[in-house]
Amino acid sequence: MSTNAPAAARAVVIGCGIVGSSVAYHLTRLGWADVVLLDKGPLPNPGGSTGHASNFIFLVDHSKEMTQLTLESVRQYREMDVFTECGGIEVARTEERMEELRRRMASAKSWGIEPVSLLTPAEIKELVPFVDESILLGGFHTPGVGVVDSLRAGTIMRERAVDAGALQVLPNTEVQGMGVERGRIRTVETSRGTIEAETVVVACGVWSPLIARMAGAHIPLTPMVHQMIDVGPVPRFERSPRAIEFPIVRDMDVFMYERQDGTSLEIGSYAHRSIVHDPEEIPSIEQAALSPTEFPFTQADFDPQMVDALDLMPEIVGDESVGVKYAINGLISLTPDGMPILGETPEVRGLWSAAAVWVKEGPGVGKSIAEWMVHGESHIDLHSSDVARFHDHQKTRAHVKARTTEAFPKTYGIIHPAEQWSSDRGLRYSPMRERERELGAVFYEVAGWERPHWYEANAPLVERYGVKPRKAEWDARWWSPIINAEHLAMREHAGLFDLSAFAIFDVQGPGALDALQRSVLAQMDVAVGRVVYTPVLAPGGGFRSDLTIMRLGDDEFRIVTGGAHGMADRKLFSDQLPDDGSATLVDVTTAWTTIGLWGPRARDILSTVTSDDVSHAGFPFGTCRVIEIGSQLVLASRISYVGDLGWELYVPIEQGARLWDVVWEAGQPHGLTACGIGVYGTTGRLEKSYRAFAAELESEYTVVEAGMTRPTVKEQDFVGREAHLRHREEEPAAILCTLTVDDHTSRSGVERFPLGREPITLRDGTPLTDAKGRRSYVTSAGAGPSLGRYILMAYLPPEQAVEGSTELAVEYMDERYPVTVDVVGSAPIFDPENTRIRS
Amino acid sequence: MRILVAVKRVPMTGGRIVLTEDEQAIETRHLGFTISPHEECGVEEAVRLIEANGGESVVLTLGPGEAEEQLRDAMAIGIDRAVHLVTDGEEWDPQATAGAILEVIREDEAANGRFDLLLFGNESADTGGYQVGIRIAHALGRPIATGLKAVTVDDGTVRCEQEVAGGRDVYVLPLPAVVTVKEGLNLPRYPSVPGRLRAQRKPLESRSPVRPEPRLERLRLVVPEGEGKQAEILGEGAAAAPRVVEVLQQIGVV
Repeated sequence: MSTNAPAAARAVVIGCGIVGSSVAYHLTRLGWADVVLLDKGPLPNPGGSTGHASNFIFLVDHSKEMTQLTLESVRQYREMDVFTECGGIEVARTEERMEELRRRMASAKSWGIEPVSLLTPAEIKELVPFVDESILLGGFHTPGVGVVDSLRAGTIMRERAVDAGALQVLPNTEVQGMGVERGRIRTVETSRGTIEAETVVVACGVWSPLIARMAGAHIPLTPMVHQMIDVGPVPRFERSPRAIEFPIVRDMDVFMYERQDGTSLEIGSYAHRSIVHDPEEIPSIEQAALSPTEFPFTQADFDPQMVDALDLMPEIVGDESVGVKYAINGLISLTPDGMPILGETPEVRGLWSAAAVWVKEGPGVGKSIAEWMVHGESHIDLHSSDVARFHDHQKTRAHVKARTTEAFPKTYGIIHPAEQWSSDRGLRYSPMRERERELGAVFYEVAGWERPHWYEANAPLVERYGVKPRKAEWDARWWSPIINAEHLAMREHAGLFDLSAFAIFDVQGPGALDALQRSVLAQMDVAVGRVVYTPVLAPGGGFRSDLTIMRLGDDEFRIVTGGAHGMADRKLFSDQLPDDGSATLVDVTTAWTTIGLWGPRARDILSTVTSDDVSHAGFPFGTCRVIEIGSQLVLASRISYVGDLGWELYVPIEQGARLWDVVWEAGQPHGLTACGIGVYGTTGRLEKSYRAFAAELESEYTVVEAGMTRPTVKEQDFVGREAHLRHREEEPAAILCTLTVDDHTSRSGVERFPLGREPITLRDGTPLTDAKGRRSYVTSAGAGPSLGRYILMAYLPPEQAVEGSTELAVEYMDERYPVTVDVVGSAPIFDPENTRIRS
Repeated sequence: MRILVAVKRVPMTGGRIVLTEDEQAIETRHLGFTISPHEECGVEEAVRLIEANGGESVVLTLGPGEAEEQLRDAMAIGIDRAVHLVTDGEEWDPQATAGAILEVIREDEAANGRFDLLLFGNESADTGGYQVGIRIAHALGRPIATGLKAVTVDDGTVRCEQEVAGGRDVYVLPLPAVVTVKEGLNLPRYPSVPGRLRAQRKPLESRSPVRPEPRLERLRLVVPEGEGKQAEILGEGAAAAPRVVEVLQQIGVV
C-alpha cells in the first residue's frame, strides 16, 4: 500500500480492465517507455465490467468498424492463448429474423469472415442437441465464435509490459483529480501522489464519465443493466472434456443468449426493460456485496425470459435438478449511438477516451488507441467511435438516457440501416420548419437537426413521373417513391433544399491560410471568392473527411461540412491552429442557414429575385460572393452536390424563412419543387458518382483508390502529404467504381433493392479481395431516377475494375443480382461532361 | 403433516454496511435482499420434510411489499403457499412480530388444522432479537428447542440436535412443536427454473396488520468495528502452492 506513484509519465492509463490493460500494453509495444496503469480496485479483477462479462465473442456485425475491432481482438486473444473456439449460432424463431440472418451472411462476406453458413433446425439440433429445434426456423452459424478469459488476457498484457520495463502498474490507487492548463492535460492526482502526465487515457468503463469530468471533458455513456443467470449443474455438461464444448446460442428473437460454462449454462438477456443507472450510483468497492458493477438481481425483470429459455432448451432449463446458482444485474456501458467512445477528447488535448468498449473489442481498441496516440492514426478507421463526434446536446445526461433506453431493447434487434430514433427528437429546427410542415415534410434527424427527407405534398409527382413503389417491405422501409419523383422534378425544373444542418466554421486571422494549408489536401491559396472542395487526409494518406472551404477574404475562410461529422471535423481543424493565436476557428453553424437551389431553371429563378449578375460568365462555377435578394444580403456559392446548375445560399439563420419564401414564390412559374435530403444525399449524389465521407471515403482508402487524384500536389506541407505522394507512385490495390444493377428480380419474383454494405462478388458468388486483403462491398446504394438504373458504388480490385464488365454480382438476402461496371474512377454516370453544372 | 416456516427479508451482506444519515436505518441503495440465512435452512428443511412425509408447507413473512420476493423464493424451492403480513417498511419489535404471526397461526389452524411444526430461524440476520419463535411457543403452550443443527421427524416426535461446546445435546419433542434452526442445518438447494415459474402461480395471501405501539425505542444504529474485507495474496503461480497448503492446514481443511 505504500508504493508511491511516479512523479511523471508519458502516459497514465486509468483503469485495469481489459481496455486499459490493453492500451497500456500496446503503448509500450509501440515504444513508449514510461507508462503508468492504475486502478482504484485490486488486481486481477478491479471490479469493473470486465470481471463479470460473459466473455463470448461473435464475429459478424453489420458495422465494419466493430467487426474489424472484434477480429483484431480475437487475433490478440488467440495469440495470448486465452481464446477457446466453440462456434456460435444465432437462431431464428421468425421469418423476419431469417431475413436478418441472410443479411448477416452478406455482412460476413463483405467483411471477410469465413466460414459462415445458414443452418436448418435439424442442423442446429445436431450441433446443440439440447435445443428444441421445433420452435426454430433456422440459424446463422459462425464456427470462429469463441469465449475468452478476459481477466487473464489483461494480466498477460500487464505482465508483458512490466517485464519489458516500460510499465508501472498501481492497483488500489484512486484518481482524485486532474490538472489541465491551457486546454492540455498536465497532471493526474492520485491517492498515491500526483503524476505529471503528457497524456492520460480514461479506460474506466462505466465510471468513465466521472473521471473525464474531473478534467472538464465529456464521455457520454451510461451504465445499463444486463441480466445474467447461471444454472447448473447440468448433467449433460458433467461429461464435457472442456469448459465449453457446445456452440453458444443467441436466441435473437427473444433477445437472449445461452452458453455452456463448465457444468453450468449461462443465460443472458437483453429482453428486460432498460434499467439505466447514473455513474454516481455505483457503490464503492467496499460497499459492494459482489463487485461494484454486479448489482443485485431483480428477479421480476427476468421472469418472462425464463419462459423463453425454457422453450428453447427444455432439457436443461426444465430440469428440476438444475438450479439457478448465480444471478446478477451486471452493468455494461451504453452510448447514445451504440458505438464506443475513442480518441482524444475535443475539450482537453492529451486526454484520451477508451470507453464503452466490450470484451469482444477490448484488445483491438487498445491497439488502435495506442496507434492513434503514437502515430496519429489507427490502422482501423474509427470515425464512428470518435469521441469528438458528439454535438453538445448529445453529451447531456438526458440525451444519453433517452437514446440508450431506446437502444437497449434493440441490442439483438433487427435494425434497418436507415432506421430513425424516436426518442429525444425535435431539438434543432431550421427556420423553414413551418413551410416544410405545410409541405408535409417527413423529418429525419442528423446531429439533432430535423431535416426533411421528402415532402408528402410532392406525392402527385410520383404518378406524373411514373415512379414505381418497392414491393419488398424491407427495401421500402424508411424510403418513399416521392424521393425519386422529387429528383426527377429537380432535373426537369429545379429543386429547393433545406441544408441548415451543415456545420459551418469560420477560420480567420493572419495565420488562417497556413492553418488550412496544413489541414487539407487542396491548395487553399486561391483567389478570394473561390470555393474549394477538398479531402482532409489522415497521416497515412487515407480520408478523414471531405468538405468545402470558401475563401471570403485574405485572412478569412469558411468551412462547410456535413452535420453528422461536423464536430469531428471541427477538431481536425482546431488541432492545426497555431499556438500563437494568429488564427481562430469559430463555429458559426447556428449563425447561418443554407438553402440549396439546383436544376436547369435555377438561374431563371435566381435572376428574378436578384439584380446581381448570376450568368455563367458573371458567376462561374466554384465561386462565391454576396448578392442581394430583396432586402437580404445573401452569400451565394456556386457548387453542387446533386450535379445540376445552382447555388447554395447562405443567410443569417433568422432570415432563412424569408429567403425560402422569396425563392419559393419566384420559382413557382418555373416548376420549383421542394426536395428532401433523400435527393441531396442519395439519388442526386449517386448519379454524379459523388463520394460521401464514411461511405466511400474512409481512412483505409487512399485518394488514388477513390479516383480523386489531382494533377499536382501542392508544395505546402499538409497532414498525409508524404503518404499521398507515395500512393501516387503506387498501383492502387482497388479503384472506386460506379455500378448499376442489371436485374432486380429475386427467386420469388419480387424486385429487390440492396441498401448498402452488401458484398460485390463474381457471378458465382466468389468474393473479391484486393491486394490489401479488403473485400469489395457496396459503399453506397440508391436509385438513379434520371438514368432509370439502380446505382451502387464499390471499390474493385484493378482486374475487376473494367468499364462495361458484366462479370460481377451483388449479393443481397442470400441471392445474387447481376451488375454492370459503368464507371471506373470518378467520372459521373449521369451527365459525364458536367454540362448541367457548368451551363 | 403441516409445517409453517417464518422468514425475514434482510439486506444481503458482503459489502461494507453504511447507515443512513440519521443513523436510523441501513443504507440499502446498493444492497440486494435475501432470506435470513438461518431461515433459508428452515425453508429447505420444511420442503424436505413435506417431500418425505407428504402434507402442506406454508411460508410466512412480516415485512414490506418487496418481501414478496422472498416468499416467491421460498415457494420456488418447494413451499406450497405463502402468507405476507405487509408492513410499511418500519421494523417491528419481536413482541409485535410474534403477536401478528400468532394471529395468523391461530386462524390458519382453525381453518386447516394444526401445524405439526413451526419453524423459525434462531435469530434474524439483521436485528438478531432471538425471541419470535420462543414467544410463539410460549403463547401456544408448545414445546420448543432452539439453535438446532439437525431436525428429524419420526412417529409424532421431532428429534432436535443442538450444537454445544464439545458435542451435541439431543432433545426429542412431541409434535406439535416449535423449533428454531441455524445455518448449517442443511444445504439449501438452488431453485430450478421450473420451480421459479411455478412459484409465480402459487397462492400468496396478503394481510396488513396494524403495528402496535412499539415498546422498544430505537435511539440509533451503530456499525460495529469490523475487520472489513481482507485479502492476503499468497503468491502467484506454482510458487504460491506451499503457502496455500499451509493455510489449508491451518484452517483444518487438509
